[in-house]
Amino acid sequence: MTVVSPTAAPVSKAPARRDIGIKRRYAAERRFRAYGIAALAFGIVFLFLLLSTVFRNGYTAFQQTAITLPVTFSEQLIDPGGKRASDPSVLVSANYAAVLRDGIVAKLGVDPQSRADVRAANAMLSKGAPIQLRDMVVANPALIGQTVNVTVLADAQIDSANKGQIDLTVPESSRKVSDKQVGWMQQLTEAGAMSKQFNTGLFTSGNSSRPEAAGLGVALAGSLYLMLIVLALSLPIGVAASIYLEEFAPKNRLTDLIEVNINNLAAVPSIVYGLLGLAVFINFAGLPRSASLVGGLVLTLMTLPTIIIATRAALRAVPPSIRAAALGLGASKMQMVFHHVLPLAMPGILTGTIIGLAHALGETAPLLLIGMVAFVVDIPGTPMEPSTALPVQIYMWANEAERAFVERTSGAIIVLLLFLIVMNLGAILLRRRFERRW
Amino acid sequence: MNMLSDVALEKALEKKTMKQVPLKMTGKDVSVYYGDKRALFDVNLDVRENTVTALIGPSGCGKSTFLRSLNRMNDTIEGCRVTGTISLDGEDIYSPSIDVVELRARVGMVFQKPNPFPKSIYENVAYGPKIHGLARSRADFDEIVEASLQRAGLWNEVKDRLHEGGTGLSGGQQQRLCIARAIAVSPEVILMDEPCSALDPIATARVEELIHELRANYTIVIVTHSMQQAARVSQRTAMFHLGNLVEENDTDKMFTNPDDQRTQDYIMGRFG
Repeated sequence: MTVVSPTAAPVSKAPARRDIGIKRRYAAERRFRAYGIAALAFGIVFLFLLLSTVFRNGYTAFQQTAITLPVTFSEQLIDPGGKRASDPSVLVSANYAAVLRDGIVAKLGVDPQSRADVRAANAMLSKGAPIQLRDMVVANPALIGQTVNVTVLADAQIDSANKGQIDLTVPESSRKVSDKQVGWMQQLTEAGAMSKQFNTGLFTSGNSSRPEAAGLGVALAGSLYLMLIVLALSLPIGVAASIYLEEFAPKNRLTDLIEVNINNLAAVPSIVYGLLGLAVFINFAGLPRSASLVGGLVLTLMTLPTIIIATRAALRAVPPSIRAAALGLGASKMQMVFHHVLPLAMPGILTGTIIGLAHALGETAPLLLIGMVAFVVDIPGTPMEPSTALPVQIYMWANEAERAFVERTSGAIIVLLLFLIVMNLGAILLRRRFERRW
Repeated sequence: MNMLSDVALEKALEKKTMKQVPLKMTGKDVSVYYGDKRALFDVNLDVRENTVTALIGPSGCGKSTFLRSLNRMNDTIEGCRVTGTISLDGEDIYSPSIDVVELRARVGMVFQKPNPFPKSIYENVAYGPKIHGLARSRADFDEIVEASLQRAGLWNEVKDRLHEGGTGLSGGQQQRLCIARAIAVSPEVILMDEPCSALDPIATARVEELIHELRANYTIVIVTHSMQQAARVSQRTAMFHLGNLVEENDTDKMFTNPDDQRTQDYIMGRFG
């Protein structure tokens, strides 16, 4: 028996016509995907261009041409009066250029009477080579009177020619390496006296106006000091400020104002921080010019807003249920923050800090204003001594006219990029290490 | 602490003559404001010792607000203000002489969503005793952890993986872990804010059973949306509506013959 309700709706009814534009929707989705892929490809192409240019120009900077030749430390040239026992300064002021010149002339078999040939032969060696000989003799005066095989750096032009960077097809008069020198280079290479070695000087030497002797040692030390100072100051200050603002400070007009200002400070051009540092740390506080201490302080000011913003975001991302759980157990606010919220926010804080540090590592403009753009030869022993930094060194080398500085500049960029990659890798590893599920 | 002897208390509970059970917490003219908005209107509600008191009512009726004012969790909400008096064993918990940290150790809380710390099961339970200095040696901690997990009925399930993450447990186990964590600091009152709303029926039954067992040692106040749950676990029920306490009565009476029409309607499912 069936009961038919009088109000029942008709069972079969044509479904309402729907116009949802399926085709248009899918087309829009396909278009959007295509845009995305195009944007990605664009980015990858430029990244590839950047990296390939830098590496093509820069990888040769990690090798340096050196020439090995027998040098006779003749007593006649170094200490003709025989006074070195009573007056060691004789050894310092002796004419080592002549000692070296005699060595290369003998090695190449050049006629010592032809002054032009002797000059051309001597020009194949770095102008810093006599200093190397001097240091050898001062360290070991017993060398006087002996003939020793010494490896000295080749001149930057010879180095460039040896690396194939000089076009030898142009007329001799319009290039810096003469046909005669090219011949000598072949002669030396065949004798095994000229070879390319790993360029340790790039990492250990200070700046120099001779490209073959110029190194990043000062810049590396300076950047290291900068990073240590920035890390030591901005991490505790930034995290403390964020915790106070996020967890303890009352929400009123003053804290709103502070928040707006922090966000604005993050967007202030870095050169303004340089001016601030110049006015406050150097002119007012009287700290030394060009010192990495001042640079570190300036970069700390610049990095703080970044770290504070990242830390606050990380603190805010900790679920409220964890806070409620801790408070509900009778933890004080401080215990809640330090036992539960901070450990959970740690990955975000570390990521923000390392991004801020990487930013500071690559910063140039504020350092120019506080004098870290100086020509510094000696590696600074303390942050109070004059120094440069990696990006500033790149800037300075990029301004040099000589061909050989092009590869140095690119080489320095590679070193800087490696530093950044290592720091970002560190950030990823730290985040993995601290990350926890909840 | 107990005004009556255990036997008398048992008898009183047995006979469901709640009026004879001593009061644990009393709320007098309690009003709560969130900024300008008033969420509770002069609520007078007593919580009796070793009793499960259920707070029921439709969403937004103020039952959770009342629960949270019992251990001052409302303090953490910006702009929240409580007037009237709430006392624990006759002492006003909002008076300046009461330390909120100590209060929360005496009045523990279990939340709607299981919220174990992202640490090991052991650390979850040991955290409260650690910050309250209830244990010194490793052995003391081990004892507290084991006893708490035993009482929460979780010991047998987790004793072999105490040092694994608390968040790796199932939802029901996590909630029982939160209960173990709450009882590890030896509270007198446990507040439960819809403790089963995120759990499946089997886990819910397990937690209800646990509430039943815990009543012997603790005073429990539970907020619930489930009428059946209120009827199953509680001896006293309070019905809230629009920020007012509509009716407070013995559970049996409440669900069979309520005094107020609105309670009747709510229980029958006519609104809510």
